[in-house]
Amino acid sequence: MASYLIRRFFYSLFVIWGAITIIFAVLRIIPGDPAAVMLGSNATPEQIHSLNESLGLNKPLFVQYGQFIVDVLRLDFGESFRLGGPALTHVLERLPFTITLAFTAILFAIIISFPLGIQAARKPNGAADRIISFVSLFGQSLPTFWVGIVLILIFSRVLGILPSAGAGSVAHLIMPAFTLCLPFIGMIVRLVRSGILEELRQGYVQTARSKGLKQNFILYIHVLRNALIPVVTVLGLLLGEFIGSAIIIEVVFSWPGIGRLLINSILYRDYAVVQAAIALIAGIYIILNLIVDILYGYIDPRIRVEES
Amino acid sequence: MAELNLNNTLENEPEFIPVVKKKINWKILVLSMPVVFFVFIAIFGPMLIEYNPVNTDTANRLLPPGSQIGQHTAWLGTDQIGQDVLAQIIHGARISLSVAAATVLIGGGIGVILGLLSGYFGGWVDTVIMRIADIQLSFPTILLAILIAGVLGPSVTNVIITLSITRWVTFARVVRGATISAKNKDFVDSARVIGASHFRILTKYILPVCLSPLLVVVTVQIGLVIISEASLSFLGLGTPPDNASWGLLISLGRDYISTAWWISVMPGIALAILVVCVGFLGDTLRDESDPYLNN
Repeated sequence: MASYLIRRFFYSLFVIWGAITIIFAVLRIIPGDPAAVMLGSNATPEQIHSLNESLGLNKPLFVQYGQFIVDVLRLDFGESFRLGGPALTHVLERLPFTITLAFTAILFAIIISFPLGIQAARKPNGAADRIISFVSLFGQSLPTFWVGIVLILIFSRVLGILPSAGAGSVAHLIMPAFTLCLPFIGMIVRLVRSGILEELRQGYVQTARSKGLKQNFILYIHVLRNALIPVVTVLGLLLGEFIGSAIIIEVVFSWPGIGRLLINSILYRDYAVVQAAIALIAGIYIILNLIVDILYGYIDPRIRVEES
Repeated sequence: MAELNLNNTLENEPEFIPVVKKKINWKILVLSMPVVFFVFIAIFGPMLIEYNPVNTDTANRLLPPGSQIGQHTAWLGTDQIGQDVLAQIIHGARISLSVAAATVLIGGGIGVILGLLSGYFGGWVDTVIMRIADIQLSFPTILLAILIAGVLGPSVTNVIITLSITRWVTFARVVRGATISAKNKDFVDSARVIGASHFRILTKYILPVCLSPLLVVVTVQIGLVIISEASLSFLGLGTPPDNASWGLLISLGRDYISTAWWISVMPGIALAILVVCVGFLGDTLRDESDPYLNN
């Protein structure tokens, strides 16, 4: 186990290095002068030169790269020229909103897809199974931002029962969280369904049946517990996906999370905030991956053996 | 003696697949029809319907679907500057589908080449390519797309570049897998024994084996690319207003959602129909080609 953990940990470090390098590569090796872009078309050459000087952009690329890695490791992403103050502070201020949204969406996804998955597994390829798989594939294909707009039209403009934008109450969370979880429902339904079907083939189910236990008792007391372990682990991984997808949802519903801050900062060329936001989301994503892999290793010893 | 050996190998040929005439798959046929319809609209629509993206007609702005403007009926209404929404959607179809086709061609092409090299040669080539893929997958795809598109600025070319960079990995992984399983098969070995070059083996023997899984990936990816492009355009990081794709049309109509819902909803319906059909098509093709490919 220890060697698996160490390998997995170093692999995560490697991926974090890669992520930092990608951010650097995209932001610095772009065509055009970042300082000129940041200052806009009215800037004088002197202003551009002095900004380049203060950002260290006139040094050789590899020096900038080294400096960038040191800065990121010290969690110093620079000052936001639009909002003032350290960029990371602004991003961290928005983090709770994004986390709240992502967690609520996961909760919604569980509430909706677990019963559907269990129903689908009761009679594989039966009518209910087919309808559920059709509807979930449908939800998976719809563009989320458009679904969000249609929901706003129906529930805010026509019916007037839910607020269309902003944060502050539980009512504000309902539409964004539902829109965010929609594409993932199909996937989780499939996971639950195949998990249960797999588990139903096991010997202990036959034993339980031969003891004369009721089908529902076997399903909910024996099978479900075992079938859901892998599903719950995958949900951990999905949390990272949810945070990534939340960016668009936050813009649709004017939710004050990291995503909306990121998009606004990109549109205003406030690159300090952009790199802080992207590094934070990527960092969370990588760490969640690591945690899920470790959990998997604990739950399923076969994985550990395979790795070593 | 030689003759005897030859007979032996023929008899023991384990992978003899009888040629069966394939039945027409109606499900695939029905699902392809809307897709073909949209492709036709994208190609010929702009030739038939006059459309100038910078025209403004303030007298006829925000008209509901079915309104009469002189001789002409605005079946899907008009937008905030008096443009016909139907004409916009037809023009947008060309943009959205061109971006999807170009991305799958460029990103997919790069992915296929790297996947072939990675799977065929193995060793450090494989390690380097697959580690780059791993690093890229450590980023949520949409985040990487937002970063690149945001830095490059809105234009059709930049969207294609962005999406190609974010999409090559899937193609590379699938082709690599197919290549690894194909490269030790007897027919590849025999080609090697004859003295065929690496290039010839890769293009004539291994690539054809990869085509079937590749077809599934291409279909699934076209749907994903259309959605990604629409999402980027919706965020203002995709296509520019003079070449508005469906995503941008939806975004521009958002401010008028309570007074003129059709501006956002109509292009969204077009987008949804296309993407849902492509999604179902991809799913059906996947089930057809390999029930175990599901992941």
